[in-house]
Amino acid sequence: MNYIWIFLILISFVFGLINSTMQEVVGALLTSMKQAVTIAFSLIGIMAFWLGIMNIAKNSGLIETLAKFISPIVRLIFKDLKKDDPAISAIALNFTANALGLANAATPFGIKAMEDMQKNNENKERATNGMCTFLAMNTAGFQLVPTSVLAILTASGAKNPTEIILPAIMVTSIAFISAIIISKIFERVFR
Amino acid sequence: MTEILSTISILIIPALISIILVFGMIKKVDCYASFTDGAKEGFNVAVRIIPYLVAIMTAVAMLRASGAIEWLAGLLQTPLEALKIPADSLILMVTRSLSGSATLGIFSDIVNTNGVESYAAKLSAVIVGSSETTFYVLAVYFGAIGIKKMRHAVLTGILADLIGIIAAVCICKMIFL
Repeated sequence: MNYIWIFLILISFVFGLINSTMQEVVGALLTSMKQAVTIAFSLIGIMAFWLGIMNIAKNSGLIETLAKFISPIVRLIFKDLKKDDPAISAIALNFTANALGLANAATPFGIKAMEDMQKNNENKERATNGMCTFLAMNTAGFQLVPTSVLAILTASGAKNPTEIILPAIMVTSIAFISAIIISKIFERVFR
Repeated sequence: MTEILSTISILIIPALISIILVFGMIKKVDCYASFTDGAKEGFNVAVRIIPYLVAIMTAVAMLRASGAIEWLAGLLQTPLEALKIPADSLILMVTRSLSGSATLGIFSDIVNTNGVESYAAKLSAVIVGSSETTFYVLAVYFGAIGIKKMRHAVLTGILADLIGIIAAVCICKMIFL
């Protein structure tokens, strides 16, 4: 990430010089700083609500019950999780929310899963295999209902906006399965 | 099929909340206190990811403003001509992993300029609808728990995005062309 970040910034300045778009580049820098904070703050309400709901489920023992029920499936992919690890429930909820196009709910569940996995992590600054696999699942963006795309197509008067769903599901499945396989291969390489 | 899916996605939130509340009531948990107790963390999480969001969003915003993405798309267009990828969709492909709001903006543009029934619009719709903003997800999830060494997560994300784009191009070519 370090080199990618440096590269992104330096390449922007180089192209800013070549294309004489330096003024736009600097303008983008100033507005995006504020935008990042706006996005983070708009997450507060979403995070607070879903973490609150998750806490009820945790205190009532529902999370544990759910974890027992689905852990055989989740642990096929996340081999280093214990049978009753609370991360199992959070991972399942995150996956379900993503699949149904509920990005707002998926993020708090995902962060909860990361926090639960972090508890058993020996080096708190270094990602575990499970975290990397979980991130691979999320960056691949598996979804059955692409809500925002359908909204734009419908608003633009598409005759049959839902025709893109089947190909999208095929593509998203291919990317999702590849992401998990690639992550599993790389975890042996990047130790 | 589609209608069933969209109904499920509307009903899932009320259903999930109801199940959790009813289960809590049966187990005699003080739901209100548990909720407010858990919700307290929301602020901390949001504040914790600010540095990571600022880092990634400024870099991506500058890259977009510099015109580098258009240059890369122009460079790729000739070799990729055989695959019948519209130039606009190519820009979208490069932007997809970097910025979610920019992607939706470009997608709306493609729909408006090429027409909603055009191949460019359909291919772009499949790409946007089948992927995620990889760099945003990495920044938020790792940022929230303070991970600095992401190991192979970045490379995995980029490779999977690439596979997704290739799959989208092949599948759309078969279905829509």
